[in-house]
Amino acid sequence: MSAALLQAFGMVFEPVTLMAIVGAALFGLFVGAVPGLTATMATALLVPVTFFMPPIPAIAAMVTATAMAIFSGDIPGCLLRIPGTPASAAYTDEAYAMTRKGQAETALGAGLVFSAVGGLFGTVVLILAAPTLAEFALNFSSFEYFWLVLLGLTCAIFITADKPLKGLVTLLLGLLVACVGLGNPAGHPRFTLGNAELMGGIGMIPMMIGMFAISEVIRYVVDTSPPAELVVEKVGNVLKGQWQLARRYPVQILRGSTLGTAVGALPGAGADIAAWMSYAMSKKFSKEPQKFGTGHVEGIVESGAANNSALAGAWIPALVFGIPGDSITAIVIGVLYMKNMNPGPTLFTTNPQNIYAVFLLFILANLVMVPLGLLCIKAAKRILQVPRNVLMPLILLFCLVGTFAINNSIFDVGIMLAAGVIAYVLEANRFPIAPAILGVVLGGMLEENFITSMIKSNGDLTAFFMRPIAAGLAVATLLVWFLPPLLRLVRGRRVAAA
Amino acid sequence: MKLNDAVFGLLLIALGGGVLFAVQGYPKIPGQPVGPALFPGLIAVGLCVTGLLLVVRGWRQRAVQGWLAWDDWVRSPRHVAALAVLLASIVFYIVAADSLGFLPASFLILLALCLVLRVRPRTALAVAVVATLVVHFAFYKLLKVPLPWGVLQGVAW
Repeated sequence: MSAALLQAFGMVFEPVTLMAIVGAALFGLFVGAVPGLTATMATALLVPVTFFMPPIPAIAAMVTATAMAIFSGDIPGCLLRIPGTPASAAYTDEAYAMTRKGQAETALGAGLVFSAVGGLFGTVVLILAAPTLAEFALNFSSFEYFWLVLLGLTCAIFITADKPLKGLVTLLLGLLVACVGLGNPAGHPRFTLGNAELMGGIGMIPMMIGMFAISEVIRYVVDTSPPAELVVEKVGNVLKGQWQLARRYPVQILRGSTLGTAVGALPGAGADIAAWMSYAMSKKFSKEPQKFGTGHVEGIVESGAANNSALAGAWIPALVFGIPGDSITAIVIGVLYMKNMNPGPTLFTTNPQNIYAVFLLFILANLVMVPLGLLCIKAAKRILQVPRNVLMPLILLFCLVGTFAINNSIFDVGIMLAAGVIAYVLEANRFPIAPAILGVVLGGMLEENFITSMIKSNGDLTAFFMRPIAAGLAVATLLVWFLPPLLRLVRGRRVAAA
Repeated sequence: MKLNDAVFGLLLIALGGGVLFAVQGYPKIPGQPVGPALFPGLIAVGLCVTGLLLVVRGWRQRAVQGWLAWDDWVRSPRHVAALAVLLASIVFYIVAADSLGFLPASFLILLALCLVLRVRPRTALAVAVVATLVVHFAFYKLLKVPLPWGVLQGVAW
């Protein structure tokens, strides 16, 4: 262990990695602070660059950029009342109300400090939980993996969407996309339409750049809302009073971080859902709920910690099972496969130094967040004035070249365009996108484990419930599906009887 | 552009039906209970069922939801033009990048998109030239991505 840990230190504190961290941090802070550019988009845009890096700097870049972007999304929320990323949306009104009361410093400082605290909390859970789970997962057979993937996909449908039906639709579409090509247990070319490029399947990276970057560019060009006004001319010392806040709200910080990590670890739900849930929770358990919405810092402390802890939480299932906890880790998993660092429990036994390096990177990213975040707040006015009508064409060009660069294939650019348009249309019609991306990432794994299990049991479906852990996972999956309608039925009966 | 759920439902049923039709021809694997048709077949059934549910839901809500509701941008020629230029420029890149070359294609795309997004012409021109050269240098020279030279093959550097 100590040899591997030392090796991990060596990898992380190499100049290339440190440069990647600083570069990605500045990039992430910028992307997060510009409204309309999300943390997921930051990750998608980083992929073509990380493609040319060794694995550890590549991971370093993605971990750092997302952590920074989730924090800096608070800045325009506070100063313009527009969340920089969806993860800040939950408390944007609150932060803006504080700004109107002349407390912009406290709001921004709380966002920064408790983002770092939440991120570190999530990291500690990741460090403690992932290796234990991995040891446990070493005994899993195809039956357990089948149910685990199905449970993950089920959670993705029921957590992210208020309308599970539409989540199920996008999940099925994602699974169908994963079927294209030769990559199935039988090696039979499916849905290739005679196209040689489709034999290898639909490229995951072009698709994600389309879904998360091109769709945002489309949304920008058809956005008719008027530009927002900056209310603050100068931001003072944001760290003042944060220690007092930490002393006043210890329970809230702990609760937000715990909830955030848990929500992050559930597949399909990421930082944005974590923030909404913990803001609601904060209000519910607060001693002064009437102050919420009027510029009260309590909710910002709690949900600001939650959205950053969700980032680390999402890595737990991603590293241990290869099941992404959110859209960001879905992209990360694609990159890990490209780097031959296939996620799964064996990663912990064969290459523990890589896992330790990931842990160290998370700690480092959350520590450098504070000084770099301070710089970003100082420069906030400049960043918010960057003309987005120049930025968006540049992002488009970068998407075109970056997508082409992965396989040197112009066909991939077509995939990117199609994915971007479809994602835009689906989202405009309130179909959630996260289940689709999980379907694409997990489709192959689900089918492989399903078919392997079927062959092992010679087509006998009861075998899926015979092993104890498999049965437990099966029950959990079926409960998520059938408990809500059953409860509704029972409650309906009771109402009718009364 | 908001379509009634029923429209999506019909599209999904069509897709599911198409998939079910396509997997009929897939081979069976001798000695195995399941073949390559099973998994996509199950997905297709799922698509048909969810499609049907969406049709029912859309039909019930047709009075409230209508069949098609356009967003604000449709009435704004400026936004429609911007969207058209955006989509056209990606198609243009796919079709023309190879023969025309990366440098001219990228320059034209950036210029057109900047102008339609109301960037001042002089700034747009500067952005198009500088960004094209920087991206070309970064990807072609530093990362060794074989961006096509096209018509500029003779002066390649």
